[in-house]
Amino acid sequence: MPRTSHAFAPVLGRSRDSRPIQETERQVDHIAMRVNGAEVQVSVDPRTSLLDLLRETLQLTGTKKGCDQGACGACTVLADGERILSCLALAVQYAGREITTVEGLAGPDGPHPLQRAFIDHDGFQCGYCTPGHLCSAVAMAAEAARGVPSGVTADLTADRVVLDRDEIRERMSGNLCRCGAHNGIVAAIAETYAAAQGEGA
Amino acid sequence: MNPFSYARAADPADAVRLGAAPRAAYLGGGTNLVDLMRRNVAAPATLVDVTGLPAAIEERPDGGLLIGAAARNTAVAEHRAVRERYPLLARAILAGGSAQIRNMATVAGNILQRTRCPYFYDVASRCNKRDPGQGCDAIDGHNRDHAILGASPACVATHPSDMCVALAAADAVVHLRGARGSRTLPLTELHRLPGDHPEIETELEPGELITGVELPPLPPGAASGYRKVRDRASYAFALVSVAAALRVEHGVVTAVRLALGGVAPKPWRARTAEQALLGTPADPEAFRAAARAELAAAVPLRHNAFKIELAERTVTAVLADLAGEAR
Repeated sequence: MPRTSHAFAPVLGRSRDSRPIQETERQVDHIAMRVNGAEVQVSVDPRTSLLDLLRETLQLTGTKKGCDQGACGACTVLADGERILSCLALAVQYAGREITTVEGLAGPDGPHPLQRAFIDHDGFQCGYCTPGHLCSAVAMAAEAARGVPSGVTADLTADRVVLDRDEIRERMSGNLCRCGAHNGIVAAIAETYAAAQGEGA
Repeated sequence: MNPFSYARAADPADAVRLGAAPRAAYLGGGTNLVDLMRRNVAAPATLVDVTGLPAAIEERPDGGLLIGAAARNTAVAEHRAVRERYPLLARAILAGGSAQIRNMATVAGNILQRTRCPYFYDVASRCNKRDPGQGCDAIDGHNRDHAILGASPACVATHPSDMCVALAAADAVVHLRGARGSRTLPLTELHRLPGDHPEIETELEPGELITGVELPPLPPGAASGYRKVRDRASYAFALVSVAAALRVEHGVVTAVRLALGGVAPKPWRARTAEQALLGTPADPEAFRAAARAELAAAVPLRHNAFKIELAERTVTAVLADLAGEAR
């Protein structure tokens, strides 16, 4: 078959109003943030998600991209100690913030107690959701400690939250495990944080 | 995602100035807008980040609260005054999204979030809200999640917020700031019904910014709550939800506020039911009759007729619970 040649415009795609998107339209922002205790300075296209910045630019591949639309929780990281979804976070919005990923959970003495508990309780199978579960649970325990109620908390005005299985399941509902390791995950979290509350495992 | 420029607003005046740019959009937590941009449903040229604007929750002289528009959903739900005086609002927020999303999402962003109609999200489908005049694939499509009240032949999408259902019941007032100054609007008048123009979702002027939400006190002595019915126990949008405040004195309803979620294109204040309830005995028969009166106007689609009875039962159950608390 004879080939036909086409005039070829070097465009990157088409915007919604059909204007060709040219390279020159791109803005680059220079931002600084702290990641796992280290100062980081990077140049990012404002379209870059915090998740892609962590994984692709900073090579912190512990944080996982699951659904990339805020449904699965695999990308959960901490921003100033609060759990967020890094897939729905534009990196530029987090300039100046302190980000903690799963790589930052372990201490000088080795894995975080929750990481050990996940191993002890088989809190995973394939492991893809695990970094998100770990970060989420660390922040969840902090929320409970400061008295944030959940959808299953009977007394909204109580100062203290008892992290029983129902509370843990509700508070962790933003993290999905397709392997179905939720029983082990809940057990690991309960052992780590119910014990810390003086409830026993 | 289309390219855009990003700017961080220093204060409300700065935000309104930046928001006057062509095809600008205000960015809160990003939990909805970033997703819409990634799917090419939304394509703003400029994002004005308003998360640095006032986020405080202040006591008002009348005993109400003024919530800064940039307050995160978690911050509202955990606030002592909200937990003690507006249980319906704390419960509604805690029923929405996941903890991660509530940590990111702002109050104004929650109010202005877009429908989760799957045809709106799928750019290969026809949608009058996304592309005006194109037609609606939901009306003859899979419409189990869609509206039974307030819809039009152009659009049957629902407003997805839980928080807004509680705000509608609580007579919340939205504070706005635009190029022409500041004004207030009851939350129940902020969102529009679709009619022939489902692409116009609110009464906001172009570039107008929500700066806060004012909560007047609930009727003294009223009990309040929120119940959400969904396909999963957690982290799913409502099929039907009910926010209510109820005061019962000597067995008679002396104050009632009622709103429904999951059933209409906007948070649905159930004024017909409220009128039917005032002065009636606080018993399940009266509650069910009032719910029926509200839902008499319901028009079911092929897959969502179940929502009519579900809404009646949920309203009846919530009011019965509150009547028990209020006694």
